[in-house]
Amino acid sequence: MGTTGLPTNITQGSRTKGGIGESTLRPDGTLKVTGEFAYSSDMWHEDMLWGQILRSPVAHAEIVSIDTAEALATPGVYAVMTYDDLPTEVRNYGLEIQDTPVLAHGKVRHHGEPVAIVAADHPETARRAAAKIKVEYKELPVITDEASATAPDAVLIHEGRTDLPQSQLRSTGGTPTIGHVPHPNILHRQPIIRGDVSAGRERADVIVEGEYVFGMQDQAFLGPESGLAVPAEDGGVDLYIATQWLHSDLRQIAPVLGLPEDKVRMTLSGVGGAFGGREDLSMQIHACLLALRTGKPVKIVYNRFESFFGHVHRHPAKLYYEHGATKDGKLTHLKARIVLDGGAYASASPAVVGNAASLGAGPYVIDDVDIEALALYTNNPPCGAMRGFGAVQACFAYEAQMDKLAAKLGMDPVEFRQINAMEQGTALPTGQIVDSPAPVAELLRRVKAMPLPPEQQWLTAGEAADVRQLPGGLSNTTHGEGVVRGIGYAVGIKNVGFSEGFDDYSTARVRMEVVGGEPVATVHTAMAEVGQGGITVHAQIARTELGVTHVTINPADTQVGSAGSTSASRQTYVTGGAVKHSCELVREKVLEIGRRKFGSYHPAWATAELLLEGGKVVTDGGEVLADLVDVLGDEAVEVEEEWRHRPTEPFDLRTGQGFGHVQYSFAAHRAVVEVDTELGMVKVVELACAQDVGKALNPLSVLGQIQGGTTQGLGIAVMEEIVVDPKTAKVRNPSFTDYLIPTILDTPTIPVDVLELADDHAPYGLRGVGEAPTLSSTPAVLAAIRNATGLELNRTPVRPEHLTGTE
Amino acid sequence: MDFLRPASWEEALAAKAEHPTAVPIAGGTDVMVEINFDHRRPEYLLDLTRIGELYEWEIGEETVRLGASVPYTRIMEDLRPELPGLALASHTVASPQIRNRGGVGGNLGTASPAGDAHPALLAAGAEVEAESVRGSRLIPIDDFYTGVKRNALAPDELIRAVHIKKADGPQQYSKVGTRNAMVIAVCAFGLALHPSSRTVRTGIGSAAPTPVRAKTAEEFLNAALDEGGFWDNGKIITPSVAKRFADLCAAACNPIDDVRGTASYRRHAVGVMARRTLMWTWESYRGTAARTEGVA
Amino acid sequence: MRVNFTVNGRPQEADDVWEGESLLYVLRERLGLPGSKNACEQGECGSCTVRLDGVPVCSCLVAAGQVEGREVVTVEGLADYAKERSCGTSLQDAQHWSAQGQDSQTGEGTELAPIQQAFIDAGAVQCGFCTPGLLVAADEMLERHPDPSDADIREALSGNLCRCTGYEKIMDAVRLAAARQSEGV
Repeated sequence: MGTTGLPTNITQGSRTKGGIGESTLRPDGTLKVTGEFAYSSDMWHEDMLWGQILRSPVAHAEIVSIDTAEALATPGVYAVMTYDDLPTEVRNYGLEIQDTPVLAHGKVRHHGEPVAIVAADHPETARRAAAKIKVEYKELPVITDEASATAPDAVLIHEGRTDLPQSQLRSTGGTPTIGHVPHPNILHRQPIIRGDVSAGRERADVIVEGEYVFGMQDQAFLGPESGLAVPAEDGGVDLYIATQWLHSDLRQIAPVLGLPEDKVRMTLSGVGGAFGGREDLSMQIHACLLALRTGKPVKIVYNRFESFFGHVHRHPAKLYYEHGATKDGKLTHLKARIVLDGGAYASASPAVVGNAASLGAGPYVIDDVDIEALALYTNNPPCGAMRGFGAVQACFAYEAQMDKLAAKLGMDPVEFRQINAMEQGTALPTGQIVDSPAPVAELLRRVKAMPLPPEQQWLTAGEAADVRQLPGGLSNTTHGEGVVRGIGYAVGIKNVGFSEGFDDYSTARVRMEVVGGEPVATVHTAMAEVGQGGITVHAQIARTELGVTHVTINPADTQVGSAGSTSASRQTYVTGGAVKHSCELVREKVLEIGRRKFGSYHPAWATAELLLEGGKVVTDGGEVLADLVDVLGDEAVEVEEEWRHRPTEPFDLRTGQGFGHVQYSFAAHRAVVEVDTELGMVKVVELACAQDVGKALNPLSVLGQIQGGTTQGLGIAVMEEIVVDPKTAKVRNPSFTDYLIPTILDTPTIPVDVLELADDHAPYGLRGVGEAPTLSSTPAVLAAIRNATGLELNRTPVRPEHLTGTE
Repeated sequence: MDFLRPASWEEALAAKAEHPTAVPIAGGTDVMVEINFDHRRPEYLLDLTRIGELYEWEIGEETVRLGASVPYTRIMEDLRPELPGLALASHTVASPQIRNRGGVGGNLGTASPAGDAHPALLAAGAEVEAESVRGSRLIPIDDFYTGVKRNALAPDELIRAVHIKKADGPQQYSKVGTRNAMVIAVCAFGLALHPSSRTVRTGIGSAAPTPVRAKTAEEFLNAALDEGGFWDNGKIITPSVAKRFADLCAAACNPIDDVRGTASYRRHAVGVMARRTLMWTWESYRGTAARTEGVA
Repeated sequence: MRVNFTVNGRPQEADDVWEGESLLYVLRERLGLPGSKNACEQGECGSCTVRLDGVPVCSCLVAAGQVEGREVVTVEGLADYAKERSCGTSLQDAQHWSAQGQDSQTGEGTELAPIQQAFIDAGAVQCGFCTPGLLVAADEMLERHPDPSDADIREALSGNLCRCTGYEKIMDAVRLAAARQSEGV
């Protein structure tokens, strides 16, 4: 390549279109609206078989025997597998603690636990065969709450636990206890102790106490657990799957299959929502086992009933809170105990406990704090990650407490919160100084300042009331009778990213080359796009950093390094950060090439700060030095690098002190509800939100996250709950008929005020967005219902029974 | 499983006679859920969607003969003047997609206490036209529901139509569900004023093993309206009468605690709905009466 | 059993259909049309909404054998269906139109129905699993109600669950499609 194309005229470079800060549209949008986007349940392969899982009909039992003969003899059945058929000694998996059997071994610990798997040529054949497997159970007493879990004669859910830190072995009062938990049926425990609660109590003019109950919520993603495993000629397997973290799955799958990780090649297929419910494995190992056993591709698709058993749920919780305040409205102390039900297996429970404890005081300045959070092992459904975990449950309780305190002091609830609001520089109860903006008071001010929706919108020009605007909706239960409006506020704090010393990193491979006469960037990460729009943002980052228009996003797979999980509001921060970092390295290499080729033609190559914009190399003054097409020529520049945010540290297991979280995210809500006080029906009229996002990389996507998160919070406030029978630990409503999520008629307008106060530690100053709106939405709705009814309402979801005294 | 596709009503009756265990399927909104979730594996599915007359209705002098498969959407949109209670009930059924497929025949065949149509049929007054190769008969709606998900049909019978009394006065329908759309009834209440016979009829859903009428409440109200001359003078119903009526309606319930609601709530809610629907219908009656008869 | 019916204007035949199979299963697993989604299979979510003889229904609740001889339009055929409609095709012609194929890997250059474009433009698509059903339902509503109120939109879409968006952007998309339709864009 010669010197053709050298700029002969100095021109002003143009800003690259479609970079960060713009509401560019989703690259997968067209495929998704035409029905061509391939979700994990859409996978199809010639000659494929269908996998079916046989699940336990009881919650706690010994397995006396399993007889698969008749199932195996069914025409069309290719394989039936139980625990005894697992190929290696690694027969458990788990996110943090490997306590979950791939198939039940000797015992089932929760309703719906997988016991056997079948592969057949039609789903109905597989179902009929599964039904022919004879399993004899000897039922055991069920453990369903703290009392039964820690009773002196309690059966241990997991005998011989070895997950506890041996260094913490101690004994108290003659009773041997192990590790950091006082009982083997306590999965994890985290205290947070700061200051002196008894001294705080002395200073208090008013004290309020409350016991709160938070129901078990389901992620209810619409795309069911599903995937296709294809056996490969090299003895390995190709797995097409919907997940939140490919490499975490891989780490758990490969050892069970007895394969090295490079022989389990995973590709992300379309993911129909996740919300935490795909952090754990579901059918991944089962499909691979059947594929390797039969030598045929195996597809597994859960139906909705099975999906309720196929993934972990949000931890139900009991929360005991005591707050004090002075007459002038300053919080004095907090004593709290948060008991989370982890169910039968650990899943993400330790992290959930860590969040509940460390964020249990909320976004408030409180000097004297004593919080204890713990998760139980029980025979209830396993609970783990769901949007905002740990922080969601705590927020419901501490926000109810704030309203109670304000009422007791005769203060305005928003003003009371503002007096106590934390800000940048505040020391949290963990001792961590918050070193980026924390505009808690400002968010409350903003959300309160929004105009209120008009009253009685059901009144129409005609004589009849528009029931669609009333509690009960189309069910025609009121024409305005008994309807009272209420307004409530709440604010919350959520950590962003993986915490407590976790090595939280991501990897991005970025390539730049000329294709068809244009510079093109290719971004390859293993980030799970679950709908949040991460791929949209990656393209924007590449455009901003590399000055190109065309960005190709490669499918996410395990041929590139780990991106970490699509959870904890972390992907734009961490994988976005990795893409930015790799782009910066690519840019340096491109500039090196430029200097090598063209450096002698213009002094600015050596002296100026150079950028890539609009397909050109430009100086920071805007002077164009070269076209990228000419700089790159036939060369391709590629970089694959890991990027990590600044490190965190574990919380001390006795005091909870430590720099545990990398970033915090804040949102505030104002809920306006109308309650039919006679029938106990609630209509949420409006849910306004103000949130600080640091920097909105894609404002349209940011709104989508906030409105979606807000609506999930609304769901847990008024309808969503997995009901578990306390006598049997069986799930009573595993269907969309009886587990209700908000319809478009239940969801109000959601005006959003987005604040952008940069966090200087984060890429572009951004702040994780996805979870914070789920926190404060629920307590705001509850506060509004309390405001309308005058009832105390210490549990969520609120059901009509609770509003009418007919429990 | 066999899929029977009769092309005519006669063929359908013959098929049902030959295979009494055959499960009729029209809108599929109950049957297919049970099949998809492996709750039911009938030996025969008897598809009724090819039989045109099941999708038709005839408006007669006193009744509407409503084909068993007329979708709820049609009832809502085309039969509101004749069947206002059932039209309101139809509007509370699930979602637009379900209302486009499901019909009253399915509700009656399934005979779930939570079926949305039942309270409206009970309140309006109706007869179920059941037919078999042996012949046709009309089953009074009051005799139709025989137990939880059981009805008076013989094994070889199919539902051809429902004969519903045309409204001679205002009718109302309310349903409590814990969501503002697409929800199964926690409980439901239908009420119809019959000025021509000077009676009031009711229907209660999801608050007893079967859909029921609150007969004691009806008798009380009929007597109270009669004694007070309310039908003639068009006065506002006194709060004490309304309250007594509501209490008697609640007392007519025999509900259970389940995952959708408590028995206590169901009783309470039926009382509230009874009072409100009485007020709405009576106000409407007074308004109509005022216009047509000049009653103040 | 064998089932013959028309999908997106093309005659289709499915063989060896198990009698308990739904229309949804046949579309997805036998005809290579997975656009209609399998989110609940109990008529509670609307993700599988298709038009059966013009009427929006949950295809998970239609037994395969019930569609013998009938016409089905899925999200895959929505663009062509809308185009035929806007061209004022006669009813007879409309019953004989057939969908155009397109092979693009990214979907770029695909011709979209106005409601499809509006969903992209308004940010109404996140995970996208509810999208096909919503598009079919919303398109049919706009056919009947070209100028819907917000309450009308909410009522018409009350059978379609979305778990990602909180519905606000979906409302925006339908309003946008209605506005563009009325301006003839």
